[in-house]
Amino acid sequence: MNAEVRAMKTSAEQALAEAYAAAKARLPGNGAVQALREAAFKRFEADGLPNRRIEEWKYTDLRVLMREAKPPAGAPDAAAKARAAEAGKLAGDIDARRIVFVDGAFVPELSDLAALPPGLTVRPMAEALAAGDPRIAAHLGKVIPGDGMVALNTALMRDGALIHVAAGATVERPLHLIFAAAGTQPASVFCRSLVVIEPNARVMLVESHEAAAGHQVNAALELIVGAGAHVDHVKIVAGAGDALHVATLIAAVGARARFNDFSFNIGCGVVRNQLFVRFDGEAALANIGGASLLNGDQHSDTTLVADHKAGGCQSRELFKAVLDGRSRSVFQGRIIVQPGAQQTDAKMMTRALLLSEEAEADSKPELEIFADDVQCGHGATMGSLDRSLKFYLMARGIPEPEAEALLVQAFVGEAVESIEDAGLRDALMEQVAAWLKARGG
Amino acid sequence: MLEVKNLHVTVDGKAILKGLDLTVNKGEVHAIMGPNGSGKSTLAYVMAGKPGYEATEGEVLLDGENILEMEPDERAAEGVFLAFQYPLEIPGVATMTFLRTALNAQRKARGQAELSTPEFLKTVREAAAKLEIGQDMLRRGVNVGFSGGEKKRNEILQMALLEPRLCVLDETDSGLDIDALKIVSDGVNRLRSPERAMIVITHYQRLLDHIVPDVVHVLSKGRIVRTGGKELALELEANGYAQYQDEAALAS
Ligand SMILES: Nc1ncnc2c1ncn2[C@@H]1O[C@H](COP(=O)(O)OP(=O)(O)OP(=O)(O)O)[C@@H](O)[C@H]1O
Ligand SMILES: [Mg+2]
Repeated sequence: MNAEVRAMKTSAEQALAEAYAAAKARLPGNGAVQALREAAFKRFEADGLPNRRIEEWKYTDLRVLMREAKPPAGAPDAAAKARAAEAGKLAGDIDARRIVFVDGAFVPELSDLAALPPGLTVRPMAEALAAGDPRIAAHLGKVIPGDGMVALNTALMRDGALIHVAAGATVERPLHLIFAAAGTQPASVFCRSLVVIEPNARVMLVESHEAAAGHQVNAALELIVGAGAHVDHVKIVAGAGDALHVATLIAAVGARARFNDFSFNIGCGVVRNQLFVRFDGEAALANIGGASLLNGDQHSDTTLVADHKAGGCQSRELFKAVLDGRSRSVFQGRIIVQPGAQQTDAKMMTRALLLSEEAEADSKPELEIFADDVQCGHGATMGSLDRSLKFYLMARGIPEPEAEALLVQAFVGEAVESIEDAGLRDALMEQVAAWLKARGG
Repeated sequence: MLEVKNLHVTVDGKAILKGLDLTVNKGEVHAIMGPNGSGKSTLAYVMAGKPGYEATEGEVLLDGENILEMEPDERAAEGVFLAFQYPLEIPGVATMTFLRTALNAQRKARGQAELSTPEFLKTVREAAAKLEIGQDMLRRGVNVGFSGGEKKRNEILQMALLEPRLCVLDETDSGLDIDALKIVSDGVNRLRSPERAMIVITHYQRLLDHIVPDVVHVLSKGRIVRTGGKELALELEANGYAQYQDEAALAS
């Protein structure tokens, strides 16, 4: 019996099952959380690691990309903490409140949780799970049903941030969640955050994920954007060429809310960035964008579902990828307009710029529309740099690498522009410039 | 300064220039006229190094040095400037960034130091003001949302900033209203100098009223078929190209 089950699992799946069995008694959470973990792990186990036979994972086969599962990270040691003190630089020098997690565990001495403004609550997830924080029971795992990787996260989640912003509160200083997988031994990290923004509140959230060699990160963030709230969320992913980052954003957007989401991916071997956004109230406005810069053998998959459950919302999705070397990008975007979500205005665009002949981009935009009075559209382009534009620049004396760099910056800049914070925009464009310089621009 | 010798050029396998000879001395302005499709832009592009324009025979010498093997940016650094017939829009590349990158790249190639920000801004503002190019245009992406005439003025701005040795102007007058024609011509005339050679490609005498050429050439079917003084342009205006097309046909 045992042997039979084992035979059906890949060695990574087997290692995850063993890791869960060994860890579950010690993972934080009361009985209800334990039941949640148990159910989630069963769900994960039923399907196993997502693979190409599952439509949504056709281009990103984790059975292949994750041949082995690294052991769950232990408590971070001093060396890892020292390395993590440097993390979060990709966001530039924005004045933000740092909340630092090293190897998946909250590190108070690197974080700045002193003197939080009125209306803002920040609590480490491990502590909240252990203490039975009522917001966990109310929301965790309940916002939008996730998929198998979210289930795996739920089963093994250790720490992360529980953030609550009270109705009407404006959090002036952005919150910067820094997740550094910095241990010398490759490990797997499961971080889970829950952010509840009550109506008419305003906050900007920056997430930086940096992973050292060989680490495997599974990050999930559930975000509730209350009616009339204004939320900016920028996620930056960088890491070693053989690190793996699977992240899921689950967001429920209330009526008249403004939600600006941006995913920036520069570095990290394999990235699967899932965005499940549901419009629950009318007349919300969302900008969901992203940019990936890939080289070497990097693989980056953005999978987006924008589910318009309520009518009158406007969503704009613009995702760009720049590919060099033998890298590969995937964009799967689906806009759903539920019956009755009239006057939905949704436009989705994805563009891939191929700098090398060996790079490859796939895009699969889809519309599922069940209402008649809507404006929806999608488009996808893919191509190399415009030769005549390059010639125009070179004819003015600009050498080829610099001419290419200018054009690539313009290409990425169009997406980065949707970020409201100018400092952050500049910081990301500096990363783009550095990336181009490294390739010889 | 410029010697084009027996130049043959093919584009997409099609022969366009078929043994073109042209010599332009320092300080001279030469006008090139000729029917549509005769190869004027092809000549301009091949001098600037546009990809896909293949010189199968002949040479283009700039002060004795063959530039045909050089990359477009190297030619620009050597002082070749082409004012495009159709200047391109580059969304997302700010005009100022573009001008500064170009200027500093050329300075670097010539072993000069980069301009400081205040020096650069001052130089651009002065040159732009002379061409009646406003600050709002400079703040936009390169040529983005510029009218046809504004794009042409922007070409002359680039030429003024880059101070080339050899200027090739491809139909810089097309799309210009009467006032803009005057502004652009004045801009070009300010750049006339004993050290600089210019080739002005045009269909119309009215440009040559402002930029008075030393020599006028007729290009037809890929060759220079006639060369004369500035009065040749007037003659063409009156009689058209019919006789030259026949001559070119006979010669080929
Ligand atoms: N990519 C191409 N493939 C084939 N033929 C081409 C290509 N580009 C240009 N040509 C041809 O080369 C010839 C010369 O074109 P060119 O643009 O040099 O003419 P021109 O003298 O500048 O004309 P105009 O006065 O209309 O500007 C034309 O017949 C044109 O159709
Ligand atoms: Mg032409």
